[in-house]
Amino acid sequence: MNNTNVIQAEGLTKMFGDFTAVNAITFEVKKGEIFGFLGANGAGKTTAIKMLIGISNPTSGQAHVAGFDVSTQAEDIKKNIGYMSQKFALYDDLTVKENITFFGGIYGLTKIKIKEKTKELIEDLGLEEVANQLVGSLPLGWKQKISFSVALLHEPKIVFLDEPTGGVDPITRRQFWEMIYRAAHQGTTIFVTTHYMDEAEYCDRVSIMVNGKIEALDTPKELKKQFQVDSMNDVFLKLARG
Amino acid sequence: MKIIFYIIQKEFKQIFRNKGMLPIIFVLPLLQLVILSNAATFEVKNIKFAYIDNDRSSSSRALIEKFEASTYFNVLTNFPSEAIASSAMLKGEVDVVLEIPSHFERNLQKEKRSNLGITINAIDGAAAGVENVYVTQIIQSYNKHIKTDLMQISDTQIRPVNIDTIPLFWYNETLNYKTYMVPGILVLLVTMITLFLAGMNIVREKEIGTLEQINVTPIKKSQFIIGKLFPFWIIGMGLLTIGLLLARLIFDVPMVGSLLLMYAYTSIYILVILGMGLFISNFTDTQQQAMFIAWFFMVIFILMSGLFTPIESMPEWAQILTEFNPIKYFVEVMRMVMLKGSGLMDILPQLIKTIVYALIMNGLAVWSYKKTS
Repeated sequence: MNNTNVIQAEGLTKMFGDFTAVNAITFEVKKGEIFGFLGANGAGKTTAIKMLIGISNPTSGQAHVAGFDVSTQAEDIKKNIGYMSQKFALYDDLTVKENITFFGGIYGLTKIKIKEKTKELIEDLGLEEVANQLVGSLPLGWKQKISFSVALLHEPKIVFLDEPTGGVDPITRRQFWEMIYRAAHQGTTIFVTTHYMDEAEYCDRVSIMVNGKIEALDTPKELKKQFQVDSMNDVFLKLARG
Repeated sequence: MKIIFYIIQKEFKQIFRNKGMLPIIFVLPLLQLVILSNAATFEVKNIKFAYIDNDRSSSSRALIEKFEASTYFNVLTNFPSEAIASSAMLKGEVDVVLEIPSHFERNLQKEKRSNLGITINAIDGAAAGVENVYVTQIIQSYNKHIKTDLMQISDTQIRPVNIDTIPLFWYNETLNYKTYMVPGILVLLVTMITLFLAGMNIVREKEIGTLEQINVTPIKKSQFIIGKLFPFWIIGMGLLTIGLLLARLIFDVPMVGSLLLMYAYTSIYILVILGMGLFISNFTDTQQQAMFIAWFFMVIFILMSGLFTPIESMPEWAQILTEFNPIKYFVEVMRMVMLKGSGLMDILPQLIKTIVYALIMNGLAVWSYKKTS
C-alpha cells in the first residue's frame, strides 16, 4: 500500500438484499488532500462513507483507511478518523462546553488536554458568549461549526464530512470552508460530500457517484476539460443525467 | 475507566436537566406506591347484604344481627320475596342475599338442623369467594352460639363434637394487606422505572443520531454499556430507598430482615432489568417500539408475579413460565426479607436464579449491541 494514500478502496460494495447501494467503487485519497465525494441524493455516498468509517460492513471488496482494513480493523480506524454526519449529532441538551468535554472524554483525551482544546475551540469559533448555553438553543450554522471542531478534537488523520453545509447560509458556508482549509493545511485529510457545486470547485480532487458507481474522478479542472464544460455544475448535470 | 466516567457524567446531566422526566422518575412512582398500596387490597368490605326472612323468629333475627355486627357487611334491607331480591341483584344493588326459610327456628329446635339459602353475586369471582368465606364464618359462629343455647334445653347426653380451627397468621399477624402489598408494589415501581428508562434511553440516541456518532469513536462496547446503564442502576437503588422509607413511615411496614441483604439482592436484580432494557433497545429503532415491547413484558411479568394472584393457583404450564419471571423472585425475596426476616440462606435459590438471569440477560444485551451493522 502506498504510504501517501490514506484511503484506498478496491471494489468496495454494499448490498441491501437485491439492491446494490454501492457498486464496486475503487479510488484512493492522498494524505492532506481535500477529496470531494459528490453524487445525487441516493447515489450511495452515505453508505460508502459508513463503510469507510467502520460502522457498516462491506458486502464485498475491501478498503483501507489510515492503513487499517475496514472489515477487520474497524476499531483501529476509529481512533484515526473524525466524522460529522448529515444528521446533526451533538447533544442538544448539553452545553457547548459539555459536548466538547464528553466527546473529548470518550476519545480518551486527558483532562488537561480537554481543557486546552475547549479553550482553543471556543476562542477559534468566537463562542465565548454561548459556551455555557445548551447547544439546542444555537442556530444551525453554529452547531455545524461546533460539530466540525468536535470531530477534530482528537486530531484525527482523516475527517469525514457528510454534507456538512446542508441548510446553512452562504456566509457560514464560506467560514466553514475556511475551517476546512485550515484543517487541511495542518495535514488533516478531508473527505467531504456536498451538493453545492461551488464547494466542489474548492476540492483538490472530486469523484462523482451515479447509481452506486464512481463515474468520474479527477481534479475539478481536469473534469471540466474532460466534459468540455465551464463549471462543476455542468459536469455534475451531464453525469447525473446520464 | 475514565471513559465510563465521562458517559456517566453526561447521562446524569441529561437526566437532571430534563424537567419533564424528573417528576416521572421520582414523583409518579411514589404517588403510585401510596395510591396502589391503599387501593389494591384483597379485602372485601362494605358488602351489600340483604335478606329474606320467611321465619320472623327470634332465631332468625339473631342470625341477622350477627351479620349486622360484622364490619364487612352492610345490611341493607329485608326483601319480601325472592323475585324482588333477584331483580335487585340483577341491578347490582345487592351482593349477597340470605334466605331464611319458614320454620327455621322450629327445625333448629326439633331436628337440630335447618337449611339456609345464600345467593352471591359472582360477577367478580375473587370477591365472591371472599364473601362466601365471610358468610360461612358468621354462620359458623352463629352455629356455635345456638349449639350452646340448644344444649341447655336439650338432652345433656348429646355432646356436640367441638372441632374448632384457630387460625394463626404468621409474619403478618393482623392480616394487614398493606404489609403484604407495599413490598410487592415497590418491586413493580423499581422494575418499571428502570426498564423503561434504560430501554428508552439508548433508542433515543438512535433516533437523534448521536448513537452513530458514538459508534464512530473507538469506545469499547462494554465501556459504553456500563456508562449508559450505571446511572439507571443508581436511580433504581434510589427508588428502592425512598420506597422503603415511605413503607416504614406511611404504611408502618415492618422491616424484619437485613436491610443489607435487601440492597444486595436488589443491586443484582436491577442488572437483570437493565440488561433487558438494553436488549429491547438493540432490536428497536424508535422509542415507541421500545415502549410497546417493554410494556408487553411488564404486563406479563406483573400479572404472573404472584403479586395479585397466587402462583400456586395457576395452571402448571403457567407456573413453569413464572420461573422466567424476574419480578416473581424479587417479590418473593422482598416479602421474605421484609416480613419474615429471611436470611441469605433462605433466599439463596432466588438469589442464584437472579444472578444467572442477570448474566444471561446482559450477555445477550452486549452481544446484540453492534457498533457495526
